[in-house]
Amino acid sequence: MAQSFPEDVLEHVFSFLNYDKDRNAVSLVCKSWYEIERLCRRRIFIGNCYAVSPEIVIRRFPDVRAVELKGKPHFADFNLVPEGWGGYVYPWIVSLARAYPWLEEIKLKRMVVTDESLELISKSFKNFKVLVLLSCEGFTTDGLASIAANCRNLRELDLGESEVEDLSGHWLSHFPDNCTSLVSLNISCLGSEVSFCALERLVARCPNLKTLRLNRAVPLEKLPNLLCRAPQLVELGTGAYSAEIQSDIFSNLAEAFLGCKQLKGLSGFWDVVPAYLPAMYSVCSRITSLNLSYATAQNPELVHFVSQCSNLQRLWVLDYIEDAGLEALAASCKDLHELRVFPSDPFDAEANVSLTEQGLVAVSEGCPKLQSVLYFCRQMSNAALVAIARSRPNMIRFRLCIIEPRAPDYLTLEPLDTGFGAIVENCKELRRLSMSGLLTDRVFEYIGTHAKKLEMLSIAFAGDSDLGLHHVLSGCESLRKLEIRDCPFGDKALLANATKLETMRSLWMSSCSVSFGACKLLGQKMPRLNVEVINERGPPDSGPESCPVEKLYVYRTIAGPRVDMPGFVWTMDEQVSSSLSRVTERRGD
Amino acid sequence: MAMISEEHNKEKLGFEETELRLGLPGGGGGIVNGDFGKNTNANGKRGYLETVNLKLNLSLKETEKGENLQKEKNLISCSNNAVKPPTKTQVVGWPPVRSFRKNVMAVQKSNSEEGVGGTATFVKVSMDGAPYLRKVDLNMYKSYQDLYGALGKMFSSFTMGKCDSQGMMDFMNESKLMDLLNGSDFVPTYEDKDGDWMLVGDVPWEMFVGSCKRLRIMKGTEAIGLAPRALEKCKYRS
Repeated sequence: MAQSFPEDVLEHVFSFLNYDKDRNAVSLVCKSWYEIERLCRRRIFIGNCYAVSPEIVIRRFPDVRAVELKGKPHFADFNLVPEGWGGYVYPWIVSLARAYPWLEEIKLKRMVVTDESLELISKSFKNFKVLVLLSCEGFTTDGLASIAANCRNLRELDLGESEVEDLSGHWLSHFPDNCTSLVSLNISCLGSEVSFCALERLVARCPNLKTLRLNRAVPLEKLPNLLCRAPQLVELGTGAYSAEIQSDIFSNLAEAFLGCKQLKGLSGFWDVVPAYLPAMYSVCSRITSLNLSYATAQNPELVHFVSQCSNLQRLWVLDYIEDAGLEALAASCKDLHELRVFPSDPFDAEANVSLTEQGLVAVSEGCPKLQSVLYFCRQMSNAALVAIARSRPNMIRFRLCIIEPRAPDYLTLEPLDTGFGAIVENCKELRRLSMSGLLTDRVFEYIGTHAKKLEMLSIAFAGDSDLGLHHVLSGCESLRKLEIRDCPFGDKALLANATKLETMRSLWMSSCSVSFGACKLLGQKMPRLNVEVINERGPPDSGPESCPVEKLYVYRTIAGPRVDMPGFVWTMDEQVSSSLSRVTERRGD
Repeated sequence: MAMISEEHNKEKLGFEETELRLGLPGGGGGIVNGDFGKNTNANGKRGYLETVNLKLNLSLKETEKGENLQKEKNLISCSNNAVKPPTKTQVVGWPPVRSFRKNVMAVQKSNSEEGVGGTATFVKVSMDGAPYLRKVDLNMYKSYQDLYGALGKMFSSFTMGKCDSQGMMDFMNESKLMDLLNGSDFVPTYEDKDGDWMLVGDVPWEMFVGSCKRLRIMKGTEAIGLAPRALEKCKYRS
């Protein structure tokens, strides 16, 4: 039946498929569909840059316009992955430059990007449009200068929260005068001052600019100059939101905001001076996304501002909002779907703010659309978790961080197994879960039994034995990413569920009880997995085989063991048992 | 023991040369300088943790304690069933706050710590003959003495003339003032809110912090032109 449609009809039909999942499904139907699909796939997403090689990608998909790559494991965000681990994008860029001269978009997350890579990008792709670098590192403002200077049709430059070596703000002036194509510019992570004149002129000549996220060095007094030149902005990230309190600064600011009728999203707010928050009141009712997570404003100014935003869908805020603020939020923002509350003082054992589980319960009960939560607090109870689970069966992402590791239910001193159990049992669509507090193997039994749609699970300081890990690996059918730290999980569960690991993107285990011997065995048994041991203290075979490894990162791959590992990473492949010492010596050459 | 040192040498050969280092200078190489059991500080790997920990304001002692206990368990006993509970205070990577966020919050905190009204008062400081400008946060200091001390450190050839107990210049004594200004000593001056250049020390400290826009350390002989105006302003203010 497939042969009855001419190729171009099929291709046309396939052009409506944008999700990788759909395209992957379509390519499995038959050989001719596989062939047609691969020739017309334009967007590639690679969740682990080591799962596949550039050559394999290029061989299958000859005409790609957009590539998205992710490098380091998620726990790299919390300094658990040592420097030099990997995630280098340069070899990818070299291959992509050769194969896809018409590549338009590159999005990278947690990768090491050098100025060399940026320069190569800027010179290799004539129609380059979108560069997004999230949580990347390794480049300087010189690399940005190449992008600005050479990418004639640049639409989007988003530096996310990357670590950029800031040599000077001069790079921005490299955008040529005839560059008018910018739609999105996010330089919020940069420390140094860019030339305000250059920025102003750039903003003025880009009529399609919708997103502008400034860095801290852009002073508040100058913000109106930019807003007046870009009244069409939809997303704004302010620079430092502070100035001496002067009525002319305030009125200029208020007037400029009044002109921004399309503004839907706000962020920035470093060094916030609360007296200036009311300057934005005219836009509040249209705001759907508000990121105040770097704003150290406190109540009442903070909650007063947030409550003005009755159409808020996404709020990121510091715990200065407190329970009272969250209760007010629950009453005024009925459209809320995402809440993230970050800790203002995460390393203080004592609470510096009055934020408890009550705030989260209030929002869960008051906001019927709430589906995504990230919440840091210092106390939690099973009762609260059960209440949240019952109010919000539509929860999709639930990440709770109780600051003290292994903290029990503060009311009953019991583990929080029941609470998290209620979450997975009631929230049948739950895709992402991060847990904390005192947890026994029982919670993992609940998770294995109920969390059938769970794709990503983060566990820390939890569990009693291998049984915990076994429940998760054997029960969670949709699991793709599992990251574990400081849990007493070891060899038995890992080896018993070795084949499960091939159905997942990756597994991270650090400070657990997985022995070197088990890692070797896993590596030998599973040729399509890369089993990488990270041991900073020395080669894993320098102690007995039963010695636990420091960190373990296992991921499926069709590219074989990687070749760019630093000295503290060992791959457990088929040859490992006889050749570890050989490998070590080879490295010494 | 002999076997261990043999292994040691082997790994010193292979491991050291190629490992990436981020240790502090002089942090040494390899794993430990000697046997496995030693929980020494003198190695590159530990140096890496130090670097990271400093950035994150984590207490090294606590983390080291935790790490070393773990190491002892791993390398000496290797018979652990359960992972040792982490030390109460700071554990690496916990709570899970991204480094980017930690850095931004730390910068904001340090700026507001001594703040008057929550903002810092950074002013540029230049010194005649020095090839660089500096910036100081006046809110970091509690008196003129404090400020002079800091300026002295920044510009090492800068020396201050005599001040009274509060660091205020004794301008009421014209001859003392003229002595100072005629000397080859450097003298701190500042531009105030009105745009006038004044000698530092003529008003109480808090008022100075509120009105100073920038500092310039100039040669005493050059500052002479300021003296009459400074005296005038003093008379007007008192």
